[in-house]
Amino acid sequence: MKVGVVTFPGTLDDVDAQRAVRIAGHEVVALWHGDHDLQGVDAVILPGGFSYGDYLRCGAISRFAPIMTDVIAGAQQGLPVLGICNGFQILVEAHLLPGGLLRNDHRKFICRDQTLRIENSSTAWTSSFEQGQEIVVPLKNGEGQYVADADTLARLEGEGRVVARYVDVNPNGSLNDIAGITNERGNVVGLMPHPEHAVEALTGAGTDGLGFFTSLAGVLA
Amino acid sequence: MPRVVVDVMPKPEILDPQGKAVLGALPRLGFTGVSEVRQGKRFELEVPEVTDAVLADIEKLADTFLANTVIENYTVRVEQR
Repeated sequence: MKVGVVTFPGTLDDVDAQRAVRIAGHEVVALWHGDHDLQGVDAVILPGGFSYGDYLRCGAISRFAPIMTDVIAGAQQGLPVLGICNGFQILVEAHLLPGGLLRNDHRKFICRDQTLRIENSSTAWTSSFEQGQEIVVPLKNGEGQYVADADTLARLEGEGRVVARYVDVNPNGSLNDIAGITNERGNVVGLMPHPEHAVEALTGAGTDGLGFFTSLAGVLA
Repeated sequence: MPRVVVDVMPKPEILDPQGKAVLGALPRLGFTGVSEVRQGKRFELEVPEVTDAVLADIEKLADTFLANTVIENYTVRVEQR
């Protein structure tokens, strides 16, 4: 599969995301925020970082980048899109996912190896996991507190659209311990923790993150 | 040149960690009697003239870009100078 990784001004984790894609056996296509061309990719990753310096709101300016028009149109047609950390923030700003992400409730940046439970293993990005599987991947964010109004939250829970939940500790005040969610179709996933940093034993908290990238193989199958 | 001001505030039901941090500092600075602080943003937009069309555009700008209405409220007003 060809997997596009978008670089915005201020993106940090695009290279790690590219590496994760390669290790998972896919071809990487580097996509530039200022282009209007998805170059025929089969899936898109919006990586982490501090695009546009987090000015205005995290993800608020990137959401209007030229390539986002194409990403949004693709997502609405079923193109798999994974937003990690700042990418998750861009997806909620683009209204591809509901709710919002606020500063952590304790107001400190957090960086730790975090246990997650995969709550929905039927999305384009989580089919390599078992339902209920617990994994450990790095978490690093300042604005990772997931919030949504009560109706939205009830709908997400009722429709099984919580993809991953924090286990043992809620690191940022997210409602219902939510670490990641998906859209109705299951092709768009937003995740606050960083699976792309856990794909090699040498450098990661392990290799638990790889499943997000190998899952894509099931999309075309 | 006329100025249009857009004020953006976190919705009342949304926790405002920045406001909480400011509130927490007040006693240390000797200020007492403040029971809550909410922190928002103020945008000052200079426009050649204020017309209904200009205000409608700014309303749209505020609604789609300056504020995220999932978590924030906004107001648009013309500043008299």
